[in-house]
Amino acid sequence: MEEKMINLTIDGVQVQVPDGSTVLEAARQAGIRIPTLCFLKDINKLGVCRMCIVNAGGRALQAACVLPATEGMKVQTNTPEIREYRKNILELTLSTHKKECLSCIRSQNCELQKLCLELGVEFGDKYEGVKNNYTIDDISPSIVRDNNKCILCRRCVSVCAKVQNVGVIGPVNRGFKTAIESPWGLKLNDMACINCGQCIVNCPVGALYEKDDTNEVWAALQDPDKYVVVQPAPAVRAALGEEFGYPMGTSVTGKMAAALKRLGFDKVFDTDWGADLTIMEEANELLERISNGGKLPMITSCSPGWIKFCETYYPDFLGNLSSCKSPHEMEGAMIKTYFAEKMNIDPHKIVVVSVMPCTAKKFEAKRPELGHDGMADVDIVITTRELARMIKKANIDFCALPEEDFDSMLGESTGAGVIFGATGGVMEAALRTAYETITGKKLDNVEFQQVRGVQGIKEATINIGGTDVSVAVASGTGNASTLLDSVRSGEKNYTFIEVMACPGGCVNGGGQPIVSSQVKMSTDIRAERAKALYEEDRAKAKRKSHDNAEIKTLYTEYLGKPGSHKAHELLHTHYQKREKYSD
Amino acid sequence: MDQSKEKFAQLQELIDSHKNQPGALMPVLQGAQGIFGCVSEDVQKAIAEGLGITLSEVYGVATFYAQFSLHPKGKYLISVCLGTACYVKGSQRVLDKLAEVLEIPVGGTTADGKFTLEATRCLGACGLAPVMMINGEVYGRLTPDVIPGIIEKYKARD
Repeated sequence: MEEKMINLTIDGVQVQVPDGSTVLEAARQAGIRIPTLCFLKDINKLGVCRMCIVNAGGRALQAACVLPATEGMKVQTNTPEIREYRKNILELTLSTHKKECLSCIRSQNCELQKLCLELGVEFGDKYEGVKNNYTIDDISPSIVRDNNKCILCRRCVSVCAKVQNVGVIGPVNRGFKTAIESPWGLKLNDMACINCGQCIVNCPVGALYEKDDTNEVWAALQDPDKYVVVQPAPAVRAALGEEFGYPMGTSVTGKMAAALKRLGFDKVFDTDWGADLTIMEEANELLERISNGGKLPMITSCSPGWIKFCETYYPDFLGNLSSCKSPHEMEGAMIKTYFAEKMNIDPHKIVVVSVMPCTAKKFEAKRPELGHDGMADVDIVITTRELARMIKKANIDFCALPEEDFDSMLGESTGAGVIFGATGGVMEAALRTAYETITGKKLDNVEFQQVRGVQGIKEATINIGGTDVSVAVASGTGNASTLLDSVRSGEKNYTFIEVMACPGGCVNGGGQPIVSSQVKMSTDIRAERAKALYEEDRAKAKRKSHDNAEIKTLYTEYLGKPGSHKAHELLHTHYQKREKYSD
Repeated sequence: MDQSKEKFAQLQELIDSHKNQPGALMPVLQGAQGIFGCVSEDVQKAIAEGLGITLSEVYGVATFYAQFSLHPKGKYLISVCLGTACYVKGSQRVLDKLAEVLEIPVGGTTADGKFTLEATRCLGACGLAPVMMINGEVYGRLTPDVIPGIIEKYKARD
């Protein structure tokens, strides 16, 4: 059936759009930019901020984001009257806003600030609004909420409820008392928040941000008694460059390694190594479950947001979760045992710092079961954004840095480890190793295109040595819910499932550089950043985890073989059911 | 205890009768308030679980509308009219006097659970302004000095 098309004129430009489009979408297509604040493509379409008001000939100006395009419509988007209204709306928004713009974490990357500059708001105190003096909620190990800066756009609410199927925050009360909060005055940490940080990366202002742990890192670096080791996750290299002006999708692996060395870390290792190690253990676990009648489908366990989601909302699947620790936890455990023993360093003096695209990793690192002998596997987790701030604070000219390598012993990686940062990447990496382990034959085409791409749920059947293996990949915990519901009902049947908590996987994690909603309208950041990882994979000589020479050495010298007693002790973990409501 | 069990069973029935209906939350909240006299945390959790929505959504709606009370109300609900006619006739002073005598703020409930004090919009008895209502009983042409006597009368009751 042919799609019905609508013809309309926007600012004198004729444009044809499919029936059902909004004026905002039509304007985009006509190359006309309408300012927005609460609008978030595919996620938040409420028309509450009124920034996108246009004149469509009606009695009043209307919000373009929720105004359907109709045949013959004539729209004006940028008259002096409209500009004045928009400016006035901003002035009213500012009347209740805590204007800490000099020191605000979002200064220069704030959608409200940008609009104020564009529309020529002269001073922020034109109107005196009600200041509610909210207490900053910083109890969560991952996320800080400052309602004094909140502009009530509800982007965080929509992402949390609709995309992640979590919904632990929402609007409460009304009028000037309206606030985005958890019910019953509870703190975020008292709720079944999964720490994913999708609220942060979708907040237009500084009302939501990560718990900053950089001071702890600076202190460790200054302490002569500490041996400070750092490891960045795969997805960090795909996005860190954005903080320094590189186009989205630029991989900055070499410069990142150089920057970490300049910051003074004693060793700069790579979580890609930990990812390769994870594959060795996880592929082995999968094969064991298949051959010994273990619980299937096995589900990946790398994403701590997903793990907490499963523990809270799908506890009947806990037995399906792989017992493998996540890559950086595995690497942390190896740094404090294998590496410490080999280098003759007291592991109690070692500080393991993980740089992650993720705010949930901050929570994960504090799990008491992830450690041994009173030591945590990982001591401090900072996000990609925090690393960027550290590099800037240290006055390192990132763009001028040479490309350097990671330190050896826990620094080598294969392409399989690199793609862990994108949805489908863990699955693909596991399939590469599982294939060669099962068949004993060389896998010629290592690229499993079926599990790539940004779709929320992907399914594939992979033939391995004559056996069809049915797999599924979900990203975003809302999609994970849909997938698990279909498994629970018996409608679907898989052998292996990969879940990442954030839509698109770690490249779009809650700790990644924040991209404005206007850019997200025309750019799919999940796909752009994933490209950087797939290109890096393609450029690698070794693309299968079991080909990693340092990992081979680790097994020969220390662990024995995947799934060995020692491997289980150090690299595997267990899960617990969590209550949805705390008492 | 059994009484509470019975009420929750009633609530469950109410939830079941609205389940999977769009916009089910409002009638369920209204019904729950009728059953319990308020929509407390436990009641809201039961509604959230029963309707398959988040507690955030339930709480958001319950705090948006003035008709819902989150905490139990007193045995005697005192509503003082602050509508235009009553207001110009001095109902604010009546309200202040009530707050003073009962030692609670407007919107509050006495510690013994006997009285809740509320300000309300026009009660439609402007001819008797200033007016207040106690559990449906109307008191008109009020002055602050008659308040203690009226309260004493209710205190003497059960």
